[in-house]
Amino acid sequence: MSVEEIWVAINSDQDIVSARQKGRLMATELGFSTGDATLIATAISELARNIVSYARRGQITLKTVNGLNRQGISVIATDDGPGIPDVRQALRDGFSTSGSLGLGLPGVRRLMDEFEITSQPGRGTIVAVKKWRQ
Amino acid sequence: MEVPILKQGAVLIATFQAALSDADLNQLRMGLVQQVVKFRSRAVIVDVTAMDVMDSFASRTLREIAHMIRLRGAETVIVGIQPEVAFAMVQLGLTLEGVATALDLEEGLAYLNEKFKTTN
Repeated sequence: MSVEEIWVAINSDQDIVSARQKGRLMATELGFSTGDATLIATAISELARNIVSYARRGQITLKTVNGLNRQGISVIATDDGPGIPDVRQALRDGFSTSGSLGLGLPGVRRLMDEFEITSQPGRGTIVAVKKWRQ
Repeated sequence: MEVPILKQGAVLIATFQAALSDADLNQLRMGLVQQVVKFRSRAVIVDVTAMDVMDSFASRTLREIAHMIRLRGAETVIVGIQPEVAFAMVQLGLTLEGVATALDLEEGLAYLNEKFKTTN
């Protein structure tokens, strides 16, 4: 099975669009339904938006992942921005420090099947999410 | 990216494209409100049929457009939200509370006609 990996540099709002388009394309190629591809593209849009709003620049990595008898897509958002001082608080609905809707992270968690976040104040944030094909 | 805005009597119809960046959406918000003023429009229909992703920024911008236009004394109807987009919006926790929505352009126009009839 081929392992595909795509990196998208996130430096501007235009890159948000390009990241989610690439994600949708990869999800469709992997055989995800249109509905699931939309969920994945929306999650990528929110993750890329977090990078632009909080860290200014970063990267989105899209990868195909193979589990036991299943295939999925992994999306990793990486930045070396200010980091999140209180990750637990950031995962609560309605929390935001940039005046946005504050739905970003908990929303992304609901859109995807797996969600992992590592953040160090002053060092950056890594959000890794996965969705498995039904 | 240019968004075509069509003037049909007292109604403006804006058709949003698939790949709108935040800058495009911001520009649209201003552009639409200016057009409403210029043409003394009574209503705006925003057709989002082509939009394949509606994230937090896009839905906030739509809400802001609707609220600004309401302050102008006109009405906004969002039409054409695709089923899978609606599903993703609900999962994400996005709502368009206080904003009228309709199935498609035709339904949106019918809704406005009905509304204008009762207010006249």
